[in-house]
Amino acid sequence: MKEKKQLSVSAIKNGTVIDHIPAQSLFKVIQILNLEHIRDQITFGANFESKKLGKKAIIKLSNQFFRDIDINKIALVAPQAKLNIIKDYEVVEKKVVEVPNEIIGIAKCMNPQCITNNEEIVTKFTVISKENVALKCHYCERITDQEHLVIL
Amino acid sequence: MKDKSLVSINDYNKEEILKILELAAEFEKNPSQNILKGKVIATLFFEPSTRTRLSFESAINRLGGRVVGFIDSSSSSVTKGETLKDTIKTVSNYCDLIIMRHPLEGSAKYASEVATVPVINAGDGANQHPTQTLLDLYSIIKTQGTLDDLNIFLVGDLKYGRTVHSLLMAMSHFTTIFNFISPEELKMPDEYKLFLENLGLKYYEHTDFTEIISRADIVYMTRVQQERFSDPMEYEKVKNIYVLRNHMIRNTKPNMRILHPLPRVNEIHPDVDESEKAYYFQQALNGVFTRQAIISSILGLK
Ligand SMILES: [Zn+2]
Repeated sequence: MKEKKQLSVSAIKNGTVIDHIPAQSLFKVIQILNLEHIRDQITFGANFESKKLGKKAIIKLSNQFFRDIDINKIALVAPQAKLNIIKDYEVVEKKVVEVPNEIIGIAKCMNPQCITNNEEIVTKFTVISKENVALKCHYCERITDQEHLVIL
Repeated sequence: MKDKSLVSINDYNKEEILKILELAAEFEKNPSQNILKGKVIATLFFEPSTRTRLSFESAINRLGGRVVGFIDSSSSSVTKGETLKDTIKTVSNYCDLIIMRHPLEGSAKYASEVATVPVINAGDGANQHPTQTLLDLYSIIKTQGTLDDLNIFLVGDLKYGRTVHSLLMAMSHFTTIFNFISPEELKMPDEYKLFLENLGLKYYEHTDFTEIISRADIVYMTRVQQERFSDPMEYEKVKNIYVLRNHMIRNTKPNMRILHPLPRVNEIHPDVDESEKAYYFQQALNGVFTRQAIISSILGLK
């Protein structure tokens, strides 16, 4: 296990390693970060054992560095994600993600009577609670809680 | 306020609310003026609401404006699958202001973002109906002479009733004491209570109000609907508690007035209608003046 971990982290020269992604959220993270459009090398790993998460996933991105504003978008699906910023094979910085104050797109309003669920509209929410995520819809003003959170 | 849409009661701050109420009083003194001459206002009713539409159209007609629009989306291109966005963009070309009612929540907010003219929300599903709230406030200030230090009783369905939620938000600008009277299942949601607590405003919760109604300045009645109860027996138990009858208001304050957003079903017994404290029909008339104030303010005419 230890060897495997070293291997996965040490494999990139420069870039970002996103660790502690819940395994079931891997594909949502890929989608939220728009990784399909990246041309540099990307390695995904899923279903690693994790004490905290049960099964976790890791993404390693060569030559990719994210702005906080972009990376924080994954906080909705991977609140415990940790970032290792790699320069010349060394971890030069560690970061945790933080749920942003505003969520644009990404999440679905849980109110079936909301206009955003009936017409092609980019959803928009104000985050009213970060611990137990609660999102207030910019349009219908209803609150979507963690339990009912659906990622688009 | 000129050119600014009115989607939610929270779009207006205290000063703006008071400005509308002052203007409404002006229009009440002089309701027929020609200030909307040459203006075209669209009334888009994606679901029917005769009462609200007539109030708006009366307000516009008395000010010399013209109305275009539809009263039911089944007779318009909306049924042919046109999106709300396309309807609003198109209608924006033909008018100076859009007044819309729509069954979906958030529709008015969205319309205000795509329209090139201001939008007034005349009800978006169970969400907001700000002109109702402003006419409620006008009725309160007119009958009480002030909006400060009033004891407001909100009665009935406090869980789902959008009019009481909006009224609570609007009255929170003033030093109001709130009394919430509702069945256990239809209590005021915590988020509103928390909101008042953060402002340091007092509220009290009750399941009956016969003992305490003598303290009220305003009694705002809403309907308790059977379909809101998970257990039909619960409804049977409480249904008569929330019906106001004339004998219940005998010992109330002389200034006390009873409001209701109308239409009522049975929550105010007809034997109350003759009381000078029954104010719900005048309240509806106040809607015309309040809407005249809102429209002329948004169009920059006042
Ligand atoms: Zn919504």
